[in-house]
Amino acid sequence: MEQVNNISISGMNNTETIVEISNLKKSFGNQKVLKDVTLQLYKGENLVVLGKSGSGKSVLIKCIVRLLNPDEGSIRVLGEDVSVIKREELSNLRMKIGFLFQSGALYDSMTVKENLEFPLRRIKKKMTQKLIDEKIAEVLENVGLLDVLHKMPSQLSGGMRKRISLARTIIVDPQIMLYDEPTTGLDPVTSDEISLLINQVQKKYKTSSIIITHDIECARATADRLVMLHEGQVYKNGKIGDYENSDDPFIKSFFKG
Amino acid sequence: MKTKLPVIKIVPKIRDASIKISEKTMVKTVEANEFLIGVADFFLFFSQAVRETFSRNFEFKEFLRQCHQIGFKSLPLISITGAIMGLVLTIQTRPVLDSFGAVSLLPSMVAISLVREIGPVITALICAGKVGSGIGAELGSMKVTEQIDAMEVSSTNPMRFLVVTRVLAATLMIPLLVLYADALGIMGSWIGVNIKGDVSFVLFISQAFSVFELIDFLPAVVKTFFFGAVIGVVGSYKGYTAGRGTESVGVAANSAVVLASLLVIIVDMIAVQITDMLI
Ligand SMILES: Nc1ncnc2c1ncn2[C@@H]1O[C@H](COP(=O)(O)OP(=O)(O)O)[C@@H](O)[C@H]1O
Ligand SMILES: [Mg+2]
Repeated sequence: MEQVNNISISGMNNTETIVEISNLKKSFGNQKVLKDVTLQLYKGENLVVLGKSGSGKSVLIKCIVRLLNPDEGSIRVLGEDVSVIKREELSNLRMKIGFLFQSGALYDSMTVKENLEFPLRRIKKKMTQKLIDEKIAEVLENVGLLDVLHKMPSQLSGGMRKRISLARTIIVDPQIMLYDEPTTGLDPVTSDEISLLINQVQKKYKTSSIIITHDIECARATADRLVMLHEGQVYKNGKIGDYENSDDPFIKSFFKG
Repeated sequence: MKTKLPVIKIVPKIRDASIKISEKTMVKTVEANEFLIGVADFFLFFSQAVRETFSRNFEFKEFLRQCHQIGFKSLPLISITGAIMGLVLTIQTRPVLDSFGAVSLLPSMVAISLVREIGPVITALICAGKVGSGIGAELGSMKVTEQIDAMEVSSTNPMRFLVVTRVLAATLMIPLLVLYADALGIMGSWIGVNIKGDVSFVLFISQAFSVFELIDFLPAVVKTFFFGAVIGVVGSYKGYTAGRGTESVGVAANSAVVLASLLVIIVDMIAVQITDMLI
């Protein structure tokens, strides 16, 4: 997998920057979560962000869609500075970004079908019911689940919930995907399936993705490039091979498995 | 609602000042300041909800769903409590009136106390429990499991979708539930009267409303809208601002009930004072 990815990235000459984060700082009260983070997401790549739990990975991607406001620094997404744009522009920008939440964030009070319709109806207002149904069938097929349309989220297993959330995220054809710990809490087999889906989404929808994880298997399977976050800063930036051959004890402790 | 209410400008300033004071002063005053910050946050939340209420794109479907949830689903509980309220009140009042030889006043006395005070307050308190905790827990768990964030990134204003619909539904449904509870309470009272006597329903009703005036009815109805709004706003506020971690869902539901009940009683006191001045 690793080699395949290396080949695919070396074949990629396009280095258009999709997301550019510069000197990002974010604190909660006295707790400095992000001290100085600078990183870029290039077009078409899967960028994995590694880090211990509590190292501020979720905070980082929540700043990208402005669910959290950074204290300092700038974030440019598709050329636009997220922290200064107006509400409507922010809304337009968010339509181009798919966010897979750590907990899945399926709406408990709605069926799977209503969950999938929700973003479609709100983002693509003029869509007919027929087109909506077709789109739902398409994404469900992509995530390998078809007969759950009328179930409630509480009736699904953890892996199924992840797949449905992924389906709900890709249903609006985002250009950028942000995955918050997509495999955490899943068994190894399901984790591998989700990693595979992430790669399929990248190929099929030509998305540029940031994948947040502390799961090394998922990182190996999906990464074109990896960034390691430690103590609120970027600790290392490189290909998977650079990490596996590293002598740094902190990186070794991550990759020992 | 493009014109900003002055309070929207002032409250953040008070809030910031409170935070500064609590940072600078000794521990003793911190709690008092936290209270102030809490109050300021509540008003900020409230003014934002008001602003969103008057914006375009009303979420009508969700509003109807909430009316069903808050109004219709509370009917069994309100039916039972309403009827028992009237029955018990009648049984308890009878001996007092009996000692004055004024049992014939029983229906009208019970009707007036039901409509003016007992019906609205008891129903509102029950709804503070049922509806307030329901909204608090639902929004709290949506917050904790990132469903509110998910809504926000799907170009949906969660304040408009979740909060405005619930506050409006509570504001409209609680008065209806109170009227319904009043009616059942009067039925219960008729049963209570008939335990030790024999009064036809028609006679009972005409006795009950013989001394009834608009002033007995109108202020009581008006205040129930405020009760409903209080329950909706407090439930939403506690849920929407729930902390991180699953235990905050329980905390949100619990504190929603406590605060909503307290505010219902306070609003009632204010309403009674105002009514008293008007008479
Ligand atoms: N909204 C918030 N309010 C206060 N503290 C927060 C908030 N979000 C995150 N934190 C704190 O920031 C730190 C990093 O959190 P997070 O980004 O969720 O870590 P992770 O890398 O595991 O995703 C944690 O210590 C967390 O408690
Ligand atoms: Mg996280």
